[in-house]
Amino acid sequence: MKKVLSVVVLLLVCAVTYAGGYRVSLQGQRGLAMGHTGVAMVNNAEIAFFNPGGLVHLEGKLNIAVGGFGVFSDVKFQNAEFGQTSQTESPTGTPLYLYASYNVSEKLAVGLAVYTPYGSTVEYPTDWSGSHLVNSIDLSAVFVQPLVSVKLLEDLSIGGGPILAIGGVNFNRNLSRNLTDIDGNRSNVELDSQGLTAFGFSVGALITPNDQWSFGVNYRSRIDIDVEQGDGDAVFSNVPNSPLAPITNGTFDFTATLPLPAEWTVGVSYKPSDKWTLNFDWNYAEWDAYEALDIMFLNTDGSLALESINPRNYKNASSYRLGAQFDVSSKFVLRGGVYFDESPVQDGFFAPETPRNDSYGFTGGFTYNVTDKLAIDASFLYLTFKEIDASYDSYVEGGERVPFGGTYKSSAFAPGLGLSYKL
Amino acid sequence: MKKYFNYIALPAFALGLVACEPEFDNDITENQDFYTSGSADFSSYVSVGNSLTAGFADGALYITGQENSYPNIMAQQFALAGGGSFSQPLVSDNLGGLTLGGMQITENRFVLATDADGNPGPARLAGTPTTEVSNIVAGPFNNVGVPGAKSFHLVAPGYGNVAGVATGQANPYFARFASTANTTVMAEALAANPTFFSLWIGNNDILGFATSGGAGVDQTGNLDPSTYGSNDITDPNVFASVYSQEVAALTSTGAKGALVNIPDVTSIPFFTTVPSQAIPLDEETAATLNASFILYNTQVLPGLASFGVITAEEAAARQINFSAGANFITIQDEDLTDISAIIQGPPFNLDPITAATLSQLRQTTNDDLIPLTTAGVLGTIDEAYVGFLLANVPNISPEQAGLSAIRGVSRPLQDQFVLTTQEQALVTAAQTQYNATIQALASANGLAFVDARTALQNVANGGVAFSGGILSSQFVTGGAFSLDGVHPTPRGYAFTANAVINAINSTYGSTIPGVDIGNYATVTISNDVN
Repeated sequence: MKKVLSVVVLLLVCAVTYAGGYRVSLQGQRGLAMGHTGVAMVNNAEIAFFNPGGLVHLEGKLNIAVGGFGVFSDVKFQNAEFGQTSQTESPTGTPLYLYASYNVSEKLAVGLAVYTPYGSTVEYPTDWSGSHLVNSIDLSAVFVQPLVSVKLLEDLSIGGGPILAIGGVNFNRNLSRNLTDIDGNRSNVELDSQGLTAFGFSVGALITPNDQWSFGVNYRSRIDIDVEQGDGDAVFSNVPNSPLAPITNGTFDFTATLPLPAEWTVGVSYKPSDKWTLNFDWNYAEWDAYEALDIMFLNTDGSLALESINPRNYKNASSYRLGAQFDVSSKFVLRGGVYFDESPVQDGFFAPETPRNDSYGFTGGFTYNVTDKLAIDASFLYLTFKEIDASYDSYVEGGERVPFGGTYKSSAFAPGLGLSYKL
Repeated sequence: MKKYFNYIALPAFALGLVACEPEFDNDITENQDFYTSGSADFSSYVSVGNSLTAGFADGALYITGQENSYPNIMAQQFALAGGGSFSQPLVSDNLGGLTLGGMQITENRFVLATDADGNPGPARLAGTPTTEVSNIVAGPFNNVGVPGAKSFHLVAPGYGNVAGVATGQANPYFARFASTANTTVMAEALAANPTFFSLWIGNNDILGFATSGGAGVDQTGNLDPSTYGSNDITDPNVFASVYSQEVAALTSTGAKGALVNIPDVTSIPFFTTVPSQAIPLDEETAATLNASFILYNTQVLPGLASFGVITAEEAAARQINFSAGANFITIQDEDLTDISAIIQGPPFNLDPITAATLSQLRQTTNDDLIPLTTAGVLGTIDEAYVGFLLANVPNISPEQAGLSAIRGVSRPLQDQFVLTTQEQALVTAAQTQYNATIQALASANGLAFVDARTALQNVANGGVAFSGGILSSQFVTGGAFSLDGVHPTPRGYAFTANAVINAINSTYGSTIPGVDIGNYATVTISNDVN
C-alpha cells in the first residue's frame, strides 16, 4: 500500500485541469474514477453529491467519504504571426470534499455535503501578450449542503437540500495592452473578494426497479455569486499620474456577478453481473447564464469610476460520461471511465482566463478495503483538450475591437485520494 | 496487491508523463524550422546609427525608450531563429537628461501633461537626472546608435572622448560607452563581432538644417566635414564616401545586414503640426493691418516690379493680406530680393526701420513648413524689438511699439522659424542623393534595403492600419511619433522594426515574424512636470 501511495504522490507532480468553463468535475474518487458518473449508482457517501435521492439506499447507519485532489493545469499559448509564446505556471489546486449521511430509519436519511464544483486557477507570466485580458485568476466556490433523502416507494427515492455557496475570486490583469507608468511598468488592477455567500439547492431522484438497473436524475440550481459594493477591493497600480489616465492608483470598490450555472444530470447504472457495474451519465449545464463578466469600479461615494465590459456569451453544454467498475475481490475494486466534455465557449469568445475547449477525459481508480468499515479510494483524471486556434474578439481599445488569439493547447492530470467509512 | 498495482500504475504513469506538458502539433519555439534565418546569421546582431537606432524619443534618451528601440525589438524576434542576446548601453533612468560633472547638460524627456484647464500638451518631466556622461559603461554593445551622429561622425576618432564633450568636440551619448577616448563608433560596432548588422545613418546630415528652419549652410561642394556647422547639410559626396567606408567595414567579416534609407522631413510632425496659416485675427485687427500694408501692396511692390528690381511673380508673392479668421504668417525670407536699400531712396523714401521690415517680407504659403518649436513664438511680442523701436522711432508710444512687434504678424519671423520651399528643396536634393547611395550600396553588397522613406510616407499620408486603429503621423494622437515630433514612439519603432524585418526576410529568405505594433505604447502621459 505504501508503494501505491508513493506512486500516487509521484503522479501529483504532473498536471491537471477542469471541465467546461470553470466547472470542476472532481467531486469524489469513486465517481471520478468511473468517468465522473454516479447519478444512478449507489456506491458510498459520494451519492450526496451525485444524487441525494440515493442517500437513503446506503448500507449501514453512518456513511462518510472524504478526500481531495491535486489539481495542476497547464496551458500553452502561441501566436505564430508575431512569434508570441506563453505557458501557465501550473498552479496547484486542491479541491476537497466531505460527504456524510445518517440513516434515521429505513425510509429516511439525513446528510451533509461539502464540495467545490466550481473553480479556476490560471496563472500566466505577468505582462504576457494577453495580459490585458488576464494575468492570473483564482476562482473558487465551496458548497455546503444539508440533505434529506426519503424513500417514497420501494423503488423510488428522492432527496435534496439547500446549498450555501461560499465563493471567492482573485483576478489580476493589466488595464490595457500598453498603458504604463513613467518607468514602463504596466498599469494593472487586482480584484480580490473572499467569503461571498449565496444560496441555491439541489434535488435528485433515484429509481431502482430491480437489482440490475437503476436510473437517476439530479438538478443543481443556478447560483449567482454577487460582488456588491464593500465586498471586495480593486487595487490599481502603476497607473500614470495624469488626468488623462482612465483611473488613479489606489483601492476602489467594485461590483460584479459570476453565475454558477444550473446543471441537469440524468443517468443509468447497469449491473450485468455480480462483479461488473456500468454507468452512463448525461450532464447538461446551462452555461448561457454566463453572458458577460462586467466589472464596475466605484468611487467611495458609489459613483462609477471605470467600467470593464467583457462579453462571454457562453452556450449551454453537455458532457457524456461512461464508467465501469469491476470487483476484483472483496478487498479490491477497480474502476475506469471516459467522458466527452463539450466546451461552453463560442467562437470569438475564447478568453484566456478559462482556456477551455472540447475535451476528452480518461479516468481510472481503485478502492482498497482496509477493513469492512474503512476503504481507501484513489483515482486519476487525464484530460486532453484539442489543440485549438481561437480568439477573444470583444476586447475594445479606443472604440476598436482588438482580437487576441492564437493557438491554445491544454492538458490535465488530476490524481486524488480519499477515505470511505461506514458504520 | 502488487499485481493490481501494476494494472493501475503503468497506464497511470504513461498518461501522467503525457499529461505533464501540453504539446503543440507545431511548436514555434521547439520546432527548429518554424522560423528560419535563411541565408543570414543572427547570432550576433549589431545595430549602427543615430538617435533612431539608440531608441531616442520625447527629446531624450531614457531606459524604456531604449528597450523599445527598433533594433532591440528586432533582436527579440531574431531570437526565434538563432538570434543571440542583445545588449544596449542603457542610461540610468527614465528621465533622460544627461549630466557632465554633475551639471545637467541635456534636458529631461517630454511627457504629455495637462495644464490648469485640462488641455494636454508636451512638458518636460520633472526630476534630477542620474545619467552621468563620465561614468563610462563597459561594452561591447550590440546597439551602437549615437543620438546626434551624422554619417561622418561614425568614423571620426575622438567623437566619444569625454574631455571633448564640454567643448562640443565630442558626443556625450557616445562618450558614455566609448571604450577609449580615441575610438570610433564603427570600431565599437566591430568589437561586437557582428554576424548581422543594420545601418541607419544620414538623417542628421539633413535634419539639423531642417529643424533649425534652414539656419545652417548647404555644404554641397565642400568636401571637408571638419568645417561644417551642426546645422549644415552634408555634401552628398562626403556622405557617399563615408557611407561606403562604413558598409565596407561592417561587411568585411562576411556579416550580412540591412541598410535603411532616409525619410522625408515632411513625414514628421515636427514640420506638419503647425499650419502655415496659424495667425487668427478678428475683422478689425485684419483691417488695421491691411491698412498699414496698403502702400506696400499697391505702390512699393508694383513700383519695384515696373523698375525691374523684382519680377512680377515675386511682387505677387510678396503681397501681404490679412482677413478675419486664420492668416498666413509673415516671414523674412532670405531667398527674396533684399529691397531695403532701394525703398529708402526715391520715389518711396521709406525710413530705415520700415525698410528693414519690408526688406525680404512675405507671407507663408501652404508649401512652407513651420517647425513645431515655432508654435511657442507665434503671436508673442518681440520685446527686444519693442525696445529698439522706442529708442529709435521718435514719438512712438509703447502701445504702438508693441503692436509693431507681434511675431509672425507685424514683426516677421526670422529665417530659423520657417523652412521655406527653397530650403526644403536643398534638403530634398541632398536626401535624394544620400538615398541613391544607400540603395546602390545595398544592391552592390547584396544587403537588405529598407525603404523607410516610403514606409513613413505611408504613415504620414492617411496612416497604416493595425489591430486597434490607425498609426499616423498626427502629433500626439497619431501614435507614431513621440512628443519631440521627430522621433518615433515605441509603437512607431515597432512599425520600423517590422519594416526592417520585412526587408530582411525578402532579401535573405528568412521567416522572422513581425510584432503586433498595437502592443507597443504611444506617448507617455504624466503630470509629474515642472
